[in-house]
Amino acid sequence: MSEKNLTIIATKGTLDWAYPPFILSSTAAALGYNVTMFFTFYGLQLLKKDLSLSVSPLGNPGMPMPMGMDKWFPVLGTAIPGMQAMMTGMMKNTIKSKGVASVAELRNLCLEADVKMIGCQMTIDLFDFKHEDLIDEIDLGGAATYFEHAGESDVNLFI
Amino acid sequence: MSDFNQELDARGLNCPLPILRAKKTLNAMSAGDVLKIIATDPGSVKDFEAFATQTGNELMGSSEDDGEFHFLLKKGG
Repeated sequence: MSEKNLTIIATKGTLDWAYPPFILSSTAAALGYNVTMFFTFYGLQLLKKDLSLSVSPLGNPGMPMPMGMDKWFPVLGTAIPGMQAMMTGMMKNTIKSKGVASVAELRNLCLEADVKMIGCQMTIDLFDFKHEDLIDEIDLGGAATYFEHAGESDVNLFI
Repeated sequence: MSDFNQELDARGLNCPLPILRAKKTLNAMSAGDVLKIIATDPGSVKDFEAFATQTGNELMGSSEDDGEFHFLLKKGG
């Protein structure tokens, strides 16, 4: 089988949105793709050694909540202090109980499968990220580095 | 179902873990060996078909038994 290439630009840094890039990358790698992930803006949170990702019901009418709260709970109520921590905790419990991998586990599976991860240098400067807070396996680069891979790739996704 | 060389219990695991575990197990097997996988994720039925088509491993069998899905994958050369 001829080798295929996939690149993914990961731009989001919440618990829910951490899943699509890592699920697709790990699966593509298992199917024999060479995979390159480029992490920019909030997506850079996904490269931190200490993954402390949250999910917020605020401004997300599509998010199912316990006891049908998404149907009757006032939107402003989702801004109550502690709500985000509570929903994040509930989401993590659900993830575990349904046999869905943790983000850290999926990221490790990607690394084991030689998925190449590139952190956006500009974002690191912009948000004053510290190199030592990010995992060691990554390279740093910019838009041109991304296109070096994307130009040769069969599938390019922006998430 | 016919004979197999190795068995993988992927029950309770959700997408994409059954595929990833199967791939990892196949990596340590020899060409022609057969891997039996047991899963509970209904999505794995289509996914193992797609996995076989794209990786050159043959899906020899796929069946359901009381909410469990059984697959036989023959490692390609």
